[in-house]
Amino acid sequence: MALHDWLLFLHVLSAFALVGAEVLFTFLIFWLWRTDLPADIARISGISKIGSVLVGIGAVGTLILGVILAFEADSYAIWDVWIIAAVILWFAFAELGRRVGQAYDAAGARARTLVSEGRTEPSPELGATFRSSNALTLHLTSLAIVVLFLLDMIFKPWA
Amino acid sequence: MGVTLLALTRPTEWDFPLFLHVLGAMVLVGGLLTAVAMQAFAWRRHDPADVAAFSRGAFWALLTVALPGWVLMRIGGEWIRSKEGYSGDNDPSWLGIGYLTADAGFLVLLVTILLAGLGVRQLRRSGSGTSVLVRVATPLATILLIVYLVAVWAMTTKPD
Repeated sequence: MALHDWLLFLHVLSAFALVGAEVLFTFLIFWLWRTDLPADIARISGISKIGSVLVGIGAVGTLILGVILAFEADSYAIWDVWIIAAVILWFAFAELGRRVGQAYDAAGARARTLVSEGRTEPSPELGATFRSSNALTLHLTSLAIVVLFLLDMIFKPWA
Repeated sequence: MGVTLLALTRPTEWDFPLFLHVLGAMVLVGGLLTAVAMQAFAWRRHDPADVAAFSRGAFWALLTVALPGWVLMRIGGEWIRSKEGYSGDNDPSWLGIGYLTADAGFLVLLVTILLAGLGVRQLRRSGSGTSVLVRVATPLATILLIVYLVAVWAMTTKPD
């Protein structure tokens, strides 16, 4: 297998890790949407950590390997519009991901505190934190950026 | 380089089916990833409430995420194939790998969903912290995830 094929495979694999993590986060948000129980929210902190690791690996892998591919392939240039668009989308995604992480980590930390204090009864305040419309909007926006990423990679506008 | 040239010379009417195909594959892998993570946590925990919750989560991830992802991936893939004009006689090996992993994987996916669902019911009825069915579903989902990552390699590098 040629170097280009390896780079492309690892680039796509990184994209799968990134989107897989986004799918995982989305599933967890909707799965726990109606719960006010601290134990339910605290329980998933380990799984969300797996998602955080994957999204980190995926984001860094797609960017670095994507840039290397842009220089390595004769048919692409780093200043192609669709590649510049992808880099801008990457930075927007990174910032949104940071904010989404902060919002849901706060809910997770609060849930773990309640469980450690033995307060296992439903907590409407915790539920409200988890169902924050701001956090959900940020997450849905990050999902929209992922879809835009994919559209940009496949349609390659102005290539 | 072949893939790069293919990407550049690919007719634009393939773009939308390819988008659906890749999006479906990513959702499928994401659903499997979620299910495997949940099943791994269910495997490691001893508290029946934790085991039941993670097993239930794994089942719903397979049913509501991985299965629709497979359908979208398969529809998109068939749509592209119809546009590429492969007849079945001259199909390249990467297409064969794609079909094999998609169709054989679908049967395994259905069995995994069934076992995971029955396992969740078994856990609910018995109230215990273990279910043989859930435990069997875990390696199946893991194998599926690995198989679909091999398919990603075949679809990306397109070996002859």
